[in-house]
This record gives sequence, structure tokens and C-alpha cells, in this order.
Amino acid sequence: MESTNALQSESWDDEPGGHATHHHDEEELHPVADEKQFKVFVALIILTAITVGASVMYPGRIGQGVAFVVTPLKATLILMYFMHLRYERAVFVVMFLVAIAILATVMGLTFLDYLFR
Amino acid sequence: MSTQVQNTNAGHVHKDSIGAKTGMWLFLFTELLLFGGLFIIYAVMRGEYTHGFHAAAEELNVWLGVTNTVVLLTSSLTMVLGVSALQRGRAGLAQLYVISTLFLAGTFLLIKFFEWGAKFSHGVFPGMEHLHNLEHGEGVFFNLYFMMTGLHGIHVIIGMIVMVVVNNRLQSGTITRANQGILEYTALYWHLVDLVWIFLLPLFYLTN
Repeated sequence: MESTNALQSESWDDEPGGHATHHHDEEELHPVADEKQFKVFVALIILTAITVGASVMYPGRIGQGVAFVVTPLKATLILMYFMHLRYERAVFVVMFLVAIAILATVMGLTFLDYLFR
Repeated sequence: MSTQVQNTNAGHVHKDSIGAKTGMWLFLFTELLLFGGLFIIYAVMRGEYTHGFHAAAEELNVWLGVTNTVVLLTSSLTMVLGVSALQRGRAGLAQLYVISTLFLAGTFLLIKFFEWGAKFSHGVFPGMEHLHNLEHGEGVFFNLYFMMTGLHGIHVIIGMIVMVVVNNRLQSGTITRANQGILEYTALYWHLVDLVWIFLLPLFYLTN
């Protein structure tokens, strides 16, 4: 990451002393190291293999249980690294969690309605 | 705090990258809710027709689904590497990554094409009589399958169109390191397309 420190995104290009005042946000302004993204990719492939393997070898509850646990894990990896949420300002993470909370609420209410009607 | 300091940037063409990115994420949330609605229908229907869903899922080719997952994951990697390349000022390399992503997206659609084609030739076709004659909700499963993978496929096509535009702008120098937003937001969109597929795989292909 050292070598990339000199590179800044558009908003910061002509801002003197940006580094000193913004070391908190510094990471998000720089490209994520390629090796890190490769590792995330390999993790995603391995998790896919685990899901498919479990489904083929233990069809039914076990296979579906594994998919139920592993799939959100894969989604989290994509969101955090590929979609850079890990390096964004906290407000983006909060926004995302609110959107998920809305989705979960709608789903929850639908199921309550469906189960108890 | 940090945004205040950013806003003091004067004298240059002001680009509100935080605002633009916020807008992009808001759009992605509407996409999540769009697919979320379909996931709700899927869940309720699967609860209703558990046996039919399992029987129908047997007819899907797991390995085509898995291959397409790997293809899409790889395309997400090339996309994110493209963003990083441009942020390092390597526009040519970024362009190469965008073209690779386009190629992989095309591969995904091609596999999907053959997969749907095989279903069509067996009479399993959206709106066909055959679907209504299937028992235990198998028809529901296939309708949802065509609906959800179809909507996802449309997203892939839109993504490809945007990538062609991005590629042209990288070529012409309109998108540069100092103006990389469009590539970054395109990548966000593409990762969302990948994200949705991640959930479609176990719902349709691994439901045996």
C-alpha cells in the first residue's frame, strides 16, 4: 500500500496537507492492493466449492444449511472488498444496513402475515 | 468532518464524488428491494410447494449454474482490478480489465442462452401450457426461475452496455484517474449483479 499513498482520488488532488488532516479516511482514497482482491476472489471460489460440495454430497438439510450460512458470508466479502464498503466512510455502511433492515422488516412482516392469516 | 474540508476545494471544476457515490448506492438499494420482493415470493412459494421445488430443481444443471458463478466472480475480480488500475493512473490496463469483464459477461450470457435453450426444447418455457400441467408447484418453480434469472440477465445486458460506453470513454480519455467515478460506479453496479447471482445459485440450482 505504501507505493500507492501518493495517488489520491479526484477530490483531494489539489488539497494541500490533506494527508495530515485525514489519516482516518486515507485508506479509502487509495486503490486496494491487487493481492488482497486476489485473496478475496480465492476465498469466494473456495466458499462456492464448499456450498456446492455440501449440496452434492449431503443433499437436503445439511447442504441447504451450509448454503444458508456460506452465501451471506460470500455476499459480505463482495460488499466489503469488491464494493469497497470496508474502506468507505461509515455513513455508507450505515446506509447499507438501513436498506437491509428495511428489506428484512418487509420480509419478516410478510411471513408473519402469511403464517398467521 | 472530512466532507467539509473537501467542499473548501475551490477554483477547480467541482465534482461531488461523495454525493455521486451516495446516489449510486441509493440506486443499488432500490435494486436490492426489487430482487428482495422476488425472494419473498420465492420463499413463500417454496414453503407452499416444498416437494415440487425440490423435484423441479433436480432438472436444472448444477454444473452450468456453478460454472456461471465462477464466471461472474471472475468478472467481478477483473472489474475491481480495473478500478484499482485506473486509480493508479493506468488507464490502458483499466481498459484491458473492462474488456475482460465484458468478455466474461458475454460468456455468462452464452451459458445462460444454452441453458434456457435446453429448457425450451423440453417444453419448459415461460407461459407455456406445459408449465401449468406440472404438479406440486414445479410450474411455480420454473416461472420464478425464468423470472428471476431473466431479470438478472437483463441486468447483465445493461451492465455490458454500460461497460462498452466506459471502454470507449477510457479509450478517448474522458475517464481518467482524476475523473474515475463512472468506472467506479459501473463496478459497484456490476458487483451487485454478481451479488444477486450468488443468492440465485443456492435458491435454484442447489435445492435438491
